[in-house]
Parts: sequence; structure tokens; C-alpha cells
Amino acid sequence: MAAAELHRLTIADAQSRLRKREISAVELTRACLDRIHAVDPKLNAFLTVSDKEAIEQAHAADRRLAAAGAPPMCGIPLAIKDIYCTRGVRTSCGSRILETFVPPFDATVVAKLRAEGAIFLGKTNLDEFAMGSSTENSAFGPTRNPHDLTRVAGGSSGGSAAAVAADECLASLGTDTGGSIREPASFCGVAGIKPTYSRVSRYGVVAYGSSLDQVGPFAKTVRDAAIVLRSLAGHDPRDSTSSSRPVPDYERALTGDVTGMRVGVPREYLVEGMEPAIENAVRGALGRFEALGAKKIEISLPHTDYAIGAYYLIATAEASANLARYDGVRYGLRASAEDHIALYERSRAAGFGAEVKRRIMLGTFALSAGYYDAYYLKAMKVRTLIRRDFERAFEQCDVIVTPVAPTTAFRLGEKMSDPLTMYLSDIFTISVNLAGLPGLALPCGYDDKNLPIGMQLIGPPFSEESLFRAGDAYERSGAFKPRRPAL
Amino acid sequence: MATDAYEGVIGLEVHTHLMTKSKLFCGCSTAFGAPPNENVCPVCMGMPGVLPVLNRRAVELAVRTGLAAHCEIAARSIFDRKSYFYPDLPKGYQISQYETPLCKGGYVDLPSRGNGEPRRIRLVRIHLEEDAGKNIHEANASLVDFNRSGVPLMEIVSEPDIRSAEEAGAYLRELRAILKYIEASDVRMEEGGFRCDVNVSVRKRGAEKLGVKSEIKNLNSFRFVEKAIDYEVKRQIEVLESGGKLAQETHLWDPVREETRPMRSKEFANDYRYFPEPDLPPLVVPAAMVDAIRRSMPELPADRRARYVRDYGLSDYDAAVIIAEHEIAEYFDAMLPGLKNRKSAANWVMTEVLRVVNESAKPIAEAAPKPAETGALLRMVEEQKISLHAAKAAFAAMCKSGKGADATVAELGLAQVSDESAIAAACDALIAAEPAKVAEYRGGRDKLFGFFVGRVMNSMGGKANPAMINQILKRKLGG
Repeated sequence: MAAAELHRLTIADAQSRLRKREISAVELTRACLDRIHAVDPKLNAFLTVSDKEAIEQAHAADRRLAAAGAPPMCGIPLAIKDIYCTRGVRTSCGSRILETFVPPFDATVVAKLRAEGAIFLGKTNLDEFAMGSSTENSAFGPTRNPHDLTRVAGGSSGGSAAAVAADECLASLGTDTGGSIREPASFCGVAGIKPTYSRVSRYGVVAYGSSLDQVGPFAKTVRDAAIVLRSLAGHDPRDSTSSSRPVPDYERALTGDVTGMRVGVPREYLVEGMEPAIENAVRGALGRFEALGAKKIEISLPHTDYAIGAYYLIATAEASANLARYDGVRYGLRASAEDHIALYERSRAAGFGAEVKRRIMLGTFALSAGYYDAYYLKAMKVRTLIRRDFERAFEQCDVIVTPVAPTTAFRLGEKMSDPLTMYLSDIFTISVNLAGLPGLALPCGYDDKNLPIGMQLIGPPFSEESLFRAGDAYERSGAFKPRRPAL
Repeated sequence: MATDAYEGVIGLEVHTHLMTKSKLFCGCSTAFGAPPNENVCPVCMGMPGVLPVLNRRAVELAVRTGLAAHCEIAARSIFDRKSYFYPDLPKGYQISQYETPLCKGGYVDLPSRGNGEPRRIRLVRIHLEEDAGKNIHEANASLVDFNRSGVPLMEIVSEPDIRSAEEAGAYLRELRAILKYIEASDVRMEEGGFRCDVNVSVRKRGAEKLGVKSEIKNLNSFRFVEKAIDYEVKRQIEVLESGGKLAQETHLWDPVREETRPMRSKEFANDYRYFPEPDLPPLVVPAAMVDAIRRSMPELPADRRARYVRDYGLSDYDAAVIIAEHEIAEYFDAMLPGLKNRKSAANWVMTEVLRVVNESAKPIAEAAPKPAETGALLRMVEEQKISLHAAKAAFAAMCKSGKGADATVAELGLAQVSDESAIAAACDALIAAEPAKVAEYRGGRDKLFGFFVGRVMNSMGGKANPAMINQILKRKLGG
């Protein structure tokens, strides 16, 4: 591979070539930065590109790689969603209110990757505060889909998904509160996993819906996603909700063997109005699993219909408190005002976009005196029912297969005027967050417009190994040939 | 109708800092007096993305308090977010406990006032929460100091069992004594470590139904609590007596004008939108932890008070005075070995020791001699080696010099003369020198006896054993 093509490498390939010193981290990083400068003006996947710091980090990585025992992510160029606090590098959350905010600390996962010698190319675009399904809610313009520049990349982690699809980086980090990793992964034709809630530390990841938010990677292959997750996962003393379960070596789970695996297909997920190409692609993938020795089982998740309603009460309620700190007092955008009340009102009016304001108002309403029981409390009960649906389903099957989204990437602007239709983009992914389960998205076909289609593998808590094994087996079976976007 | 036809119905919500080294949800120091915004980090500054981690010591101290106040300790309690906007509240919400507090129920018994029956004030709950920062207003700007942001606070809520300002004061003093005994809080009012909200209503004596209450917010000393209650009870009675109606209001205490004034509804009409804090798992306090804390509990003020009355024969009042401050009670106990008369030791503590402590405004360890030395001094009095008068002089000297009792008594030459022949010689000399007075006395002027005792004592430099002077003079003058 020519030096100019190094950005196309998978992490698995790059790891071995870096260790054999066939390539250097500096060469690899330069190739990615060159690619970013060549294609990102068309995509707007990056909000910040850290050329200088990235090259410095690459030199340091090369020094470590010269000796034996460099950590797995050493020298691997990554892109980070601009919702992770990065010490000394602006963290905007796609919002005017944090346009100038430079955190004095690293998110735990950023610190872990930094300690391993990973390269941070820059910060990627997102829906403001991760609220959205298309990255059109970014205050800094939408990200375009590398497969079709007239279409959205999905959201909220659209920048991170597009950056991987366009080979601007080897892998990237996103966050997923209701589908914000899986939906853009599906729209952009890359792999992405939302791990079990508590598997990865949330410290330093700007909160949207705290009981739903989870950190995860985008990658070019399932194997790469497994490699990155291993470096992210684990207990963090700074996150009281993080699990102390040991982190398995996910890559070792990739045996290619799914013989006897029971694959559940929920009857509620083949919804009316779903594009036939999507249904066909997912049915095709199920056929491939059967051919590989898995067993297909029909299951039921009866409370699926209530998931979106419950989600938009719980997530917005939590968001209404989480976003209260952006008041113009200590950091971020500050409007001039004669007293502190006016300071809040003007700073927040000027700093937040329409969707963020809508969700803050929804959440504030749901928690208000007299409405709490009818809305927030009821939504929490629905959440319990949805969790039980999955518990029952996993008595019958090991993994559930669904489409990631009911459509492929839609046109920019197409759903912006209708928030409710936009919310339906997450209909297959939201339940997974409510139940705290892991969900892996990976490409399984294309529609007639050459747009990627993704399937979702859902497992019980802490079953990431099974999901990776199944996804990797499917990928390796050659059922589906990924297409590089023409840029 | 007279004022005393009414009674107050009063409940207190006490907020007090816990004695932890670090804050409730981060590792920053809780030390008071640092330069502004020195003891801060991303967590207590409410930076984006930060998460709280609960301080174990704060939980232990709250459990200690719960046990001392006879509360039920919840095996599982929940933290909630209480939302409101204020510049000193960095996250826009305070992490507190709402529906499921750490401690439920319980009571505080106030010292008996001589009738043997303690007055019991029941508690509703005790919970943990974080403090806010502090706004500092200047001519053209307001500044915020976040050093206090995240300092652990305990909120202790009483039932409306208190009937008067005086009783509120007694409750607060007892609560403070408990908190200091168990080393949960040092109740430092001057450092903003104590704040109290007061709910006050009045009703006709004997009535069951509660009146319309008003809440007085943010009182930061015991004295203000008592004054505000007095003022508010009187105000409410006046309104009712003049045929007026009371509104449920929130008031602020104006310490300068010594009156309460209603807050504008905008200032307190908050809907706090409580909901469970998703960043903290439920707080689980295992029974084994509660047992371990129970075993580590010191003697509580009420128990010590009872012990002093029962075992030492102190009066209720004296016992209450001595136990009120933990250090004083500890001092008293440390003085006692070797002493026979505990009552006179108690008197000594209440007069001599408390005086030097109050006058010097220093902790007892700096203001007074070591308790064993004070005990040794009192033992010399008991053994009639020195007079009480001499002991006072020696004590004053010991406070200044820091020297021991023996050395001080020797240095000042205060040892009492109990040598019978020396005293007899002094008596003989006086009788020889004052024949006229002796004749008067023998003629029936008994009152002159004091004159002779004084003269003998003077002639011996004040060090003679007074009982022996009495005895010897009686014998000689009678003959």
C-alpha cells in the first residue's frame, strides 16, 4: 500500500505494520491528516483538527513502538466526538454555548487512550449536546454522508461515523443515548457498538441523558471495534455507575464460530413502512447466520411501542438538569446582562439551538410538580417493562437481530421541520438504551440508491463478546462486500 | 385575650457541615479560610461531563448522627437532584436526598428541668446533601467563591414538637452537644457551618389543629433562631388577636432590625423538580457497617448527664452545664481520679475553669492547666494541705505558667501550716497581745471570735489550717 493510502488501513493491520516498523505512526498520522484536509471540506465531519498535536503524539508513539510492549492503541490515529472533554482542546458539544470552552481535564476514556499512545486527530461534529439523529442540529453546520453528499450522516455522532467511512481516521469515538452510535454507523456503512450501560466510564463525557448515555467506538470492521472497546472499557473510580467487572479480551472472542447460537427475531420490529431493501438485507443476514450454523427463533418484545415515548421523557428530564450548568457564570457563552436572571435567560437563549431548547422544555415539564407521576415516573415504569421484555427474550435466544433504522440515510433538511418523524429514526435502537444492553451495528447491504444498510445485534448485559463474535463471523463470511464511498 | 393563651408550634431544619477532610462528591479540601476558589476542581465547579463520587466518611458521620438521635438507618437510600438556578450553585442542581433519606425518625431528649422528665423532640429525618458556593457582592460586580461548593451538609429535620424560642434554643444546644460528642460536626456558626430554617405557627393552648405556618429561612446562629421565633410568635398572635388572617409565607430574618420580613414570592416560589440522581447508584449501608459504627459510638451527652446526676450526685443543672461542651466534660472526668468530693470538683469546673476558658476565648487545652494538675490541686484542698483561697491563687498562676500543682504551691509558698504547736504559739501570742478583747469575748461577745481567727491567720501569712485555728482558739479562749 502506498504511503498515501495508509489512512485506509484497519487497526488490526496498522497494529501489525507499526510493530514490524513497516510504517511509522507519523506516516500513518500524516496520511489521515492529508485525507482530512482533502475530503473534510465536503463532509464537515471535523469541528477541530489538531495537526500539530497529532504529529507530536505520533512522534512520541514511534518512540514507544521502537521498543517492545507498546500498548494496543499506540500510534493509532483516532477522531473523537466533540462531546468528550479533551485537555487543552476545545470541546464544543456542537453548541454555541460551549464554542470557546477548553476543558482543563481529559475524559477518562481520552486519558486511557492517551496513556496508550493513541493519536488524536481532532474533534468530530455532532448534533448539539448529542440531541438529534442527523447531525443537522450542530451549531456548526451538518455533516454530510460520504456515500451521498446530499444526505445526512445520521446522528448524533454523525461526524465520527462519517470520518471512519471516509477513511479520515482508523476509528473514532461516539456516544449513544438512543441510537447515536448505531444509527450513523448504519447510515455511513461502518461498525459501531453501544456497550452495556456501565461498561465504559462516562467521566468527562458531556452528559445528555445520564442513565442512558454510553461511550463506544466506530470502526471499519467489527474486529477493530472489539480492539478499541477493550481499551475503553473498565471500572473508573470517577464514575460511580461504572462496572467493576473485568474486561475480557474481546478480540479473542472472534472465533468465527456461531454454531448453535440462537438468533432471536422480534416480531414487533418488522414495522410497517420499513423500506423493503432494509427488510431484505436483514432477512439476508439472518439467512447467512443460519447458514453459519445459528438457529433462528421468533421472539416478542411487546412493549416496544412505548419505548420512544418513555425515552423522550427520561432523556429530556435528565437533560433538563444536565444542561442547567450552562448559565454563563463560569465558562462558555455569556451574554451581557444587568442581573443574574437576565444573564441566564440571555446566555441560554443565545447559546442553545432549537432542538436543545425543545428538549429542555420537555424535560422540565415532565419533572414539574403535579406532572412528575404522570410523566417521569410512568416512563420509569415503562422502562422496567421494556427491560423485562428483553430478560424474557434472552431466556429463549442469545442474540437479537434487528435493522438499525427503518430507513437509510435521508436527505439533508428532509426531517428537520418534523421532530416527531426524526424521533422515529431511533425506533429500533432506543429500547436498547432503556434496557442498558449492548447493541452492535454493522453493515449488511445497500439499497437501490447505493446507501448502506445496517443491522443491529442486541445481547444481554455484558455480552459484548457474543455480539462481536457474531458480527465478525458474518463479516468474515463474505456475505456482503463493503463499498468505499467515492469522494 | 392574653398572649399566653397561645402556644407556638415550631419545627427546625438544621443544616450543619460535617467534619470530613474532603468534599461530599470530590477530593477537594473542606478547609475554611482558603483564598477564593482555591479548593476547587472540575467536579465541584460543575464542569461539563463531571460525575460525583460519594465520600464514605460523610456517610459514616451521618450514620453516627442517626444512631445518636435514635433514628432508623435506611439500608438503601437515594440521592436526588434538586434543581434551581443560582450563581453559587454550579450544576444548576443540588445533589440532596428527597423521598428516601439516610436516617428516618428518631428523637432528641432535652435536659430535664428539675422535674426528672426529659422533653422529647422527635425528628422527621436526617439526610446528606452538598453545600453551594458563596456569592460576594461588590459595588459593580458579584463574584462567586466555590470553595464551599460540595462541602458535605447534613440536614436534620425535627417534627413541630418545639413550643417556644427557649425550647428551640435548648434543642439546638443539645443537638450541638451531640454532634460534637460524636465528632460529626463542629457546628461552626462563624464559618457558615450552621444554618437553620424555622417553621413557626401558633395555636390556642389545648387546640389540636395546627395554625398557618410561616417559614423563616437561613438563620445562622442560635441567638437569631430564638429571637426570630420570639418575634414571629408574637407577630402571629397579634395578627390573630386583631382579627387578621395569616398567610403561609416565607420570611427572612433581619438581624439588624431584629424582625422578620416576608420574601417576595419570586424569591422562593421554586419548583425544585426533584428526581433520582442518575449519576449515583442507591446508597446501600450494610447492617455490618451500622453495627461497627454503633460499637464505635462514644458516651452521648444525655447518658453522661444522667451518669453525673446518678453517680456523682450533681444537680440536673450542674450536670447540664458541664456536659454542654464535650471538652469541658472530658476535662471534668480527667480531673476526678483521686478526688473524693465530685460536687466540689464540679463547682471548680463551673467557676474557675469555665472562667479562664471564657476569658481567654481559647480552647480548654490552651486556657487551663492539664486536668490531672487541676485534680492534684483540688486534692491538696481535700487533704487540707492548702486552703481553698490558696488553691484559687495557685490555679491562676498555673494557667499562666503552665506549671504543675506541686511546683506552683511550693513556689508561691502556699502550703498550709497544720503544725499544731506553731498555730498554738500564734494563738498564745495573740491572746497575750489583746487582753482587753479577750476579756470582752470571755464576757460574752461571741462575735469577736472571727476577729481572733483573722488575726491568727494574718500572723501566719494566710497559710494556717483554718479548722485547726478554730479548734485551738476555742480551747484556749474558753479556758
